[in-house]
Amino acid sequence: MSGNNTSLKSKNRWAAGVTPYAEMGYYDADYEPKATDILCAFRLVPQEGVEPIEAAAAVAGESSTATWTVVWTDRLTPHEHYQAKCYRVDPVPGSDQYIAYIAYDLDLFEEGSIANLTSSIIGNVFGFKALRSLRLEDMRIPPHYVKTFQGPPHGIVMEREYLNKFGRPLLGATVKPKLGLSARNYGRVVYEALRGGLDFTKDDENINSQPFMRWRDRYLFCMEAVNRAVAATGEIKGHYLNVTAGTMEEMYERADFAKELGSVIVMIDLTIGYTAIQSMSKWARKNGVILHLHRAGHGTYTRQKTHGVNFRVISKWMRLAGVDHIHAGTVVGKLEGDPNAIRGYYNTLRENKLEADPSQGLYFEQDWASLPATMPVASGGIHAGQMHQLLHYLGEDVVLQFGGGTIGHPAGIAQGATANRVAVEAMIQARNEGRDYLSEGPEILAKAARWSPELRKALEIWKDVTFDFESTDVPDAVATLTV
Amino acid sequence: MRITQGTFSYLADFSEEEIKLQMRYCLDNGWPISIEHTDDPHPRNSYWEMWGLPMFDARDLDLPMQELHNCREAFPNHYIKLNGYDRTKGKQTTMLSFIVHRPKEEPGFSLDRTEGADRRIQYTIRSKAQLAS
Repeated sequence: MSGNNTSLKSKNRWAAGVTPYAEMGYYDADYEPKATDILCAFRLVPQEGVEPIEAAAAVAGESSTATWTVVWTDRLTPHEHYQAKCYRVDPVPGSDQYIAYIAYDLDLFEEGSIANLTSSIIGNVFGFKALRSLRLEDMRIPPHYVKTFQGPPHGIVMEREYLNKFGRPLLGATVKPKLGLSARNYGRVVYEALRGGLDFTKDDENINSQPFMRWRDRYLFCMEAVNRAVAATGEIKGHYLNVTAGTMEEMYERADFAKELGSVIVMIDLTIGYTAIQSMSKWARKNGVILHLHRAGHGTYTRQKTHGVNFRVISKWMRLAGVDHIHAGTVVGKLEGDPNAIRGYYNTLRENKLEADPSQGLYFEQDWASLPATMPVASGGIHAGQMHQLLHYLGEDVVLQFGGGTIGHPAGIAQGATANRVAVEAMIQARNEGRDYLSEGPEILAKAARWSPELRKALEIWKDVTFDFESTDVPDAVATLTV
Repeated sequence: MRITQGTFSYLADFSEEEIKLQMRYCLDNGWPISIEHTDDPHPRNSYWEMWGLPMFDARDLDLPMQELHNCREAFPNHYIKLNGYDRTKGKQTTMLSFIVHRPKEEPGFSLDRTEGADRRIQYTIRSKAQLAS
């Protein structure tokens, strides 16, 4: 689609009035991205009658220096430097979509600010009339910009060393019902789940401080539960105390209280906003408390294939902003997620260096320059009977959260927790022994269940539960996606 | 009580054969094996006593199995764990760590509470009576 680039160069760039963006320098097929540029891949559908290149140039323009008309004040600046440049537009076969590649100079962005990065890249273009729809699919963040962030306050390695837990996925559960329990009843669920074998329990995203249970009461009962479970097992345990609140002042107050009570971890919701997340990351680093992020609300803009922001981009922003945990999909559970796309999210969060891989929806290489890794969390409709699939798809550095799959166990919460722990340890043992655990999974679990009545019961009750729906968002796997 | 630290504490204690398979997994990954023991398995005791240095140069199971045997002979009433370590960049940490030997009786832990103002409680976890070696 590079086309007749020369014809796009206008004779008079500075004539007053409206000039197509492509003619103002926002499209340049000859541009070679610099190693320091931030690169974006946008999926766009132009309105009828709008040339794809002009639509792509408009995105570059409106996400950098342009406005709708020519302004003479551009001539007071080295505008060529500050203009974002669309350097490539590829049609997506069999659709009305195009992938536009746009390069942004590093100077366009404030160091260490996700708010500034996102205000630039997605701030102004998604409602643009010339586009029917627009989706930010991926970003290449150069090490030069990565290094202006400190990333996760602890990271996977530090978290494991702190918790003294190695060689297996961590296990968690969200307390259910998520609304309505009194603080004392809520703490009971925490105690039972932790003493039964889970590493973590969790507040849900909408457990903040409601009339039926205020935050302070919840924290006190939960910490009694956590400490009782530590003494009962000899293991370090944690409960993600959700500190999400209406203001930063209230969040700091709650987080400080959690720290004073000795909690190893606190939690925030994505809904608090990027700046609040970065502030809480700073707080978590300063206070030595692990920071868990629930991606509340992301489905409103990540799920549809043609409009919004892909979750792999949110993953990158959150690793930069600095969270230790982030929910990133389950593959086999109740929530949206194509296996290959989810592998792409997990790799983005965990690896130090990634190559572009269209099959995982990774449009660019990404070098994290030794930034600590974020632990992905798999939560929503998973149970012990899927342990072989979970290990296969999600790997070892992951928190597997079995809410219903723990609390719904007919013999009790602790028994549900034990079932999950036996299942994960048996599967790790089999994997390490070199067995084909994915295909032998059901037998491995059945064998472990022979001496674990808790697991036996769990396998019986949930044996037929699957969530087999077609995904609304799968990678195109166009072979030519690399830069 | 049975303390449940380590990768495999919810499974039945491993046989010699099962321990060897896990050691093999470590060696196949290029992870040196180390052995540590303690009479104080407090959850925050990061530094169990080292039974010698990590076996960086062991290429087969003879040495680690022999050392495990020796450690058990010397400390039959301690906890003993086996670790696999990955030195590669970005890891530089323990990859597998599981208890391979336990004392006959596991005394467990007590939980002390110090009550403060406004319902706050400071918790202290103590290992119960130290074990005889």
